[in-house]
Amino acid sequence: MTQPARILIVDDEPPARARLRDLLDDCREQFPLQIADEAANGIEAVERISQGGIDIVLTDIRMPGMDGLELAQHVARMELPPKLIFTTAYDQYAVKAFELNAVDYLLKPIRQERLLLALGKANTVKPADADAIAGAAQSRRRHLSIHERGKIVLVPVDDVLYLRAELKYVTVRTIQKEFLLEESLTRLEEEFGNLFTRIHRNTLVATKAVSGFEKVADSGSEDNDGGGNHWVVVIRGVPERLPVSRRQQHVVKEF
Amino acid sequence: MTSIKHHPAAPPTGFADAPAVLAPTARLPNFCNLGIMLRLLLVVNLLCVAAAVVRSDGHDLWQQFLLISVVAQPVVILSLVATCALRPLLTRLGYWQGVAVIFALEAAIAALFWALIELLLPFSQPLVLWQYAFFFFFATSVVLLYFDLRARSLSPALTEARLQALQARIRPHFLFNSINAVLSLIRAEPRRAERMLEDMSDLFRVLMADNRKLVPLADELELCRKYLDIEHIRLGERLQVKWNVSTMPQVAMVPPLILQPLVENAVYHGIEPRDGAGELCIDIETRGKQFVIRLTNPYQSGSTHVSGNRMAIANIRERLQLHFDAEASLKADVSADRYIVTITMPVEQQDV
Repeated sequence: MTQPARILIVDDEPPARARLRDLLDDCREQFPLQIADEAANGIEAVERISQGGIDIVLTDIRMPGMDGLELAQHVARMELPPKLIFTTAYDQYAVKAFELNAVDYLLKPIRQERLLLALGKANTVKPADADAIAGAAQSRRRHLSIHERGKIVLVPVDDVLYLRAELKYVTVRTIQKEFLLEESLTRLEEEFGNLFTRIHRNTLVATKAVSGFEKVADSGSEDNDGGGNHWVVVIRGVPERLPVSRRQQHVVKEF
Repeated sequence: MTSIKHHPAAPPTGFADAPAVLAPTARLPNFCNLGIMLRLLLVVNLLCVAAAVVRSDGHDLWQQFLLISVVAQPVVILSLVATCALRPLLTRLGYWQGVAVIFALEAAIAALFWALIELLLPFSQPLVLWQYAFFFFFATSVVLLYFDLRARSLSPALTEARLQALQARIRPHFLFNSINAVLSLIRAEPRRAERMLEDMSDLFRVLMADNRKLVPLADELELCRKYLDIEHIRLGERLQVKWNVSTMPQVAMVPPLILQPLVENAVYHGIEPRDGAGELCIDIETRGKQFVIRLTNPYQSGSTHVSGNRMAIANIRERLQLHFDAEASLKADVSADRYIVTITMPVEQQDV
């Protein structure tokens, strides 16, 4: 390696970050590296990584806000994902971490030799497919990562009012804004199915955001639901009405 | 949580089976157990001897014993076979239901045998019907009473074993994170590292000690303070602790590790998963002959605290019960955004 590896340390405990700094300093001779930055949780880490200039992320798993396993999922969706090495005090997550395609999994307290070995591996491992990782993670993400002009915006899933598939993208609507997300609606339904209700082939609404249903006369051209009238969903806090397809009419009754 | 379990489905294994035979949850003995069978035969035969002595006119003792024995032995052996066969059923029933089943069984077997004697030896019945019926009723009662008393007399040993099994266990997460924190301090702040290792030693000494005797409440609080000092190094300002113990009893004795595991859970479930700082409150106050410990920590919906704390709560509740029986209580509530554990205990003075 010609250029020293730029490393991001992610841990919510200051002493654990201090310990990693010391250890990395000790590794410097055998493995050219540079401590680029530190973050106290997954959210800070995603922000920092999206600014660029990070090659390797050393991350704890159990952290407030966003844990290491969710961080791995967001990292996997980045264009140039850095390599991930998990550090944790207890190995209840080991299997999961490897399924998440982490380069390595280090148990705290970490030995210097072990850390060197992991850093060495980081140069050889290929990044994994984001969807495969999402499948392995099993747990639901708490955020959606939206890529906007080279930056990453984290939208808390709790803030999402509805998701609507449009051509290549899925529109993510929150009370303030709309975002475009490059994921499939089917995958999102699999992951967040218990929070959202499918009201149309292309629409999932957040169950808790539904304030009611209205029956409206068909305008005709846009929704090919036949003649007569159809149901629309009224969403709390936003003006738009979302059509319920004929197929999903039962949703209105079951609500 | 208890290491001693009752295995209803386990095949009889003779004498080695002793604890399972007399597990406190099953006061009815395992009739398939050889030791139990021998004891039972011995008790019934002693009763036969007693009956023979009462009936004897001084010269026909041996004859009387044989007469009674001839009637009693077959019934006893039949009963043993039957109760052993019915063991899967008996282990599923409560104690008194089991007793009822056994009495019914005895009555059936005895009646059957009575009819058989009437049929085969109509003129040589050694006993009249009421004597015969009374004998079996009495013998069954004596046998059940004997086994019940025996189970009770052995159970203090079981209580002891249970207390040991209930001793709090350390969370590996805490151990390894603490060691890691000490390592992080060694180069920059060796003195703090020393303090932290000393606190850890004290904590682990108590965790690994034989914790069956009561300790002063003040010692338990000191232990919690040391534990919180360790966590404070790891978590910094995120961990805020408020002590309100000015009216706590000065002399109370408590089971060791009655509070520390709860404080540990409060940190693990209440503070660590939180964005930003969280406050943990420990209030202790005297109320007449009792005192109340209340531990409060922040609670987020969707938190694992309720499920994660269930083991610790059950463990501590059982230890309270073993030490104080009905005089102590423990409850855990979630109210709005706080998780509250309340322990009420008698103010137990130190034995002189």
